Amino acid sequence: MKEILSGNEAIARGAYEAGVKVACAYPGTPSTEILENTIRYQEIDSSWATNEKVALEVGIGASFVGARSLVTMKHVGVNVAADPLFTLSYTGVNGGLLLICADDPELHSSQNEQDSRNYAKFAKIPMLEPADSQECLEFTKLAYEISERHDTPVMLRTTTRISHSKSVVTLGERVAAVAEPKLARNAAKFVMLPGNARGRHYVVEDRITTLSKEGCSMAINRMELRDKKIGVITAGISYQHVREALPEASVLKLGMVFPLPFDLIREFASKVDKLYVVEELDAFIEDQVKAIGIPVTGKEIISLCGELTPGRVRKAFGLPENAQGTVEKLPGRPPNMCPGCPHRGVFYTLKQLNAYVSGDIGCYTLGFMPPLSAMDTCVCMGASIGMATGASKVLSPEERKKVVAVIGDSTFLHTGINGLMDMVYNKGAATVIILDNRITAMTGRQENPGSGHTLMSEPTNAIDFPMLCQAIGVKNIRTINPLDLDECQRVISEEMERPETSVIITDKPCVLIKKEGVFTPGKPLAVAEDSCIGCRACLKIGCPAIEWVPTSGKKGQAKIDPLLCNGCDVCRQLCKFSAIQEAK
Amino acid sequence: MSDKITNILLVGVGGQGILLAAEILSETFMLAGFDVKKSEIHGMSQRGGSVVSHVRYGKEVFSPMVPEGEGDILFGFELMESYRYLSLLKPGGTVIVNDLCIAPPAVLLGQEPYPDGLALKIQELCPDCLLVDGQNLAIEAGNARAANTVLLGAVSKRLDVEEKYWLEAIEKMVPKKALAVNLKAFALGRSLG
Repeated sequence: MKEILSGNEAIARGAYEAGVKVACAYPGTPSTEILENTIRYQEIDSSWATNEKVALEVGIGASFVGARSLVTMKHVGVNVAADPLFTLSYTGVNGGLLLICADDPELHSSQNEQDSRNYAKFAKIPMLEPADSQECLEFTKLAYEISERHDTPVMLRTTTRISHSKSVVTLGERVAAVAEPKLARNAAKFVMLPGNARGRHYVVEDRITTLSKEGCSMAINRMELRDKKIGVITAGISYQHVREALPEASVLKLGMVFPLPFDLIREFASKVDKLYVVEELDAFIEDQVKAIGIPVTGKEIISLCGELTPGRVRKAFGLPENAQGTVEKLPGRPPNMCPGCPHRGVFYTLKQLNAYVSGDIGCYTLGFMPPLSAMDTCVCMGASIGMATGASKVLSPEERKKVVAVIGDSTFLHTGINGLMDMVYNKGAATVIILDNRITAMTGRQENPGSGHTLMSEPTNAIDFPMLCQAIGVKNIRTINPLDLDECQRVISEEMERPETSVIITDKPCVLIKKEGVFTPGKPLAVAEDSCIGCRACLKIGCPAIEWVPTSGKKGQAKIDPLLCNGCDVCRQLCKFSAIQEAK
Repeated sequence: MSDKITNILLVGVGGQGILLAAEILSETFMLAGFDVKKSEIHGMSQRGGSVVSHVRYGKEVFSPMVPEGEGDILFGFELMESYRYLSLLKPGGTVIVNDLCIAPPAVLLGQEPYPDGLALKIQELCPDCLLVDGQNLAIEAGNARAANTVLLGAVSKRLDVEEKYWLEAIEKMVPKKALAVNLKAFALGRSLG
C-alpha cells in the first residue's frame, strides 16, 4: 500500500514494522512528530521523557533486557544525552537500539546548527542518513539489523527537509516474531567500570573497521554512474538537490555516513575525472576523503552555514541561475505569542520593572520580540536559572535585584530544576519565574509531567510545582495569575527586592490546549471608538488581535479583531480611559 | 507521462490552513498516479509567522524544494506574503491569490504601513494572475474558515488532474462534519478558475 508520509511519519512506521516495543523522546523540532505517530501503533509503548538523557536511558534499559527501542531528539538534545550515549557505544546493546537525531540546517527553529554527524564519529557509532521518506522507513528497519548484528547502537540522522517533507512511501508489515524481553545479566558487558570498559574500547574500534568494510557492499551506499566528467559524493537531502541541479553527473550516494566505505570511495574516485563532495554544514565527508589522500572539492564552493537548496547547488557549480524578480522591502512577519497567551502580562511587567531577564527555550523566548523586548539572554534548555545564579554572584547588591530567570514548566523539568537546586544550595539571590502553562507549547502542545496526561492520553500524576520547589529548599514561593497586571507588578517587584532565592509560579494554561476544561477563552473585547483617545498604551503588549488604525479618531485609534481575541483582559487593564470593554 | 515536473508554492500566514491545503494537493497528485514531494517549515510558534510550502509533482521528483525561480504556480493566501515570495516563481508563472490583507506586528503597532496596491503590483509583475475573494466565497459556502478550499478549487482548474481525484482527496483529508461546506467551497473556487 502507498501513502504520502513525512520523514517523521515514515520513521514511526519503520519502527513499527521493525517490531519496536518502546519509544521515548523529549519533543524537539524537527523530530517531534515521530513519537506523535508511534502512538498510532498499540504495540509500541510511547512516552515523553523529561529530557533527552532520560529518554535515552529509558531506551537503553529496554534494549538491555532484549527489546528493540527507539529514542528520538533534535540535534541540541544529543548534547543533553551525550553522557549515556558515549558509554552505550562501549556496552553495545541487547535488543536493537536506534537513536534518531534531527538536525536543523538554516536554524528554522533552533539556537545553533550543529552537525550531528560529528557525534557519530566522536562516539564511534554507525550513522545512517536517509534521503526521502521511503528511505526513512527502510533505513529505520535496517538500523535495527545493524544494531543487533554488530552489537551497537545506531544513529539515524535526519534534517528538517527530510523530517518535514512528504513523499510517497510503500508500506510493509510488522515483523512476525519479535523476541520477548526478559532479564539478561551480563555485567562484563553492561557494567562499565574501568576494568570492563578498557576491553570494550577494542571492541568498539574493531566494530567501526568492520562496518567500514561492510559498507562497501551495502545496497544503501551506491554508485550511480552517468557522465564521468563530474563525480559527486553526497548523502541525505543533499543527494536530492544534486540530482535536481546536476542530472547528468555521476553520484556516489551514501546511506551510511559513518563509518565511510573507503574502498568504495576509492573505486568511485577512480571512475570520474573530477571529484566533489556536496554536503550541508560541516566538511564531514570531505575531510575524511582528503585524509585518505584523495583530492576532492567541497567547502571551497559550498558554504559551511545554512541548508542547501537546488539553487545553491546550481550556484556552487557555476550554472546559470533562473531569472528572479526582486520585490521592494516589506514589513517582516515574525511569529508572535498567541492572543490571550498567559506569558504576555509577565513580560510586560518585567519590562516595566526594568528586570535583567535570563531567558530560556520555549514560546516565551518570543518575549524577546518588540514591543515586549523583555529578554536579555537565551542559551540552551534549562540555562536560565544557572545563568541567573552566576550573574547574581558577581553583581552589586543593587544590580543583583534586577536579575530574574524566566523558564517554562517543561523546560524547568527538563534541566531547569538542577539549576534551581544549585541556586538554593549555593545561596544564589535571584528571582525565578516558572511560566507554568501546563504543556510543552512551542513544539506543538506535548504533555509533560506538569500536564497530568501521558503521550498515550492516560491520566497520571501531575507535578505540584510549589511543593517541588519547597522540597528542594526554596523558602519564598508564590503563585500568581499572570493575566492580572497589578498582581504581577506587586508580587514580582516584592520578590525582586528579596536578597535570596524566590520562585514565582504562574497558573494560567496555554490558549492552544484543546483538552476540555483546561483552557476556556474569555469573551472577546472591543474598543469603544468614542472613548479611545489614541494613547497607544494597549499596543505595548504586542497582541496580534489589536491593530492600530491611524485614520480613526483624532490621533488614530486601536481596534480589536473579535475573531482573534481570547478575552484575556490584559489590554483592558492598560487602558486608563475605560475604552476597552466586552464586545457587544 | 512527460518528464516535466510541476512546481507549486503555497504562501501565507501561519494559521490560515496552508499546511492542510498542501496536504490535499499532495494527496490529489498521488491519487492521480504522480510522484509527489512536499516540504515546509513548522515547529516553532508559527502562529502569525510567514509560511511557505512547496509541492512538486511529476514522473519522478528529486528535491522537495521548488528550485528558486522555477515555480509554475504561486498560490497565495494573503497579499503581502504572495508578493514577498514572487521571486520563487518562474517568469510568466501563474498567481492565484486570495484578496486578503493580514497585518504583521510592525503594522499592528502602527510603526510601518501595510504596503499599498499590492494586488495591482502582483498583476503587473505576473499578468497571469487570478484575484480570488476567498473570504466571501467561503462565507457563501457556509464557513469563513473554508477560504483555503475555495482557493484550492480555483487552482484545480489550472492543473491537469481530473476532478474526481480532487474530490477523493478532500473527502479523505477534511473532517467529516466540515466536508459538505468544503465541497461547496471547492466547487465555488473551481467555477472561477
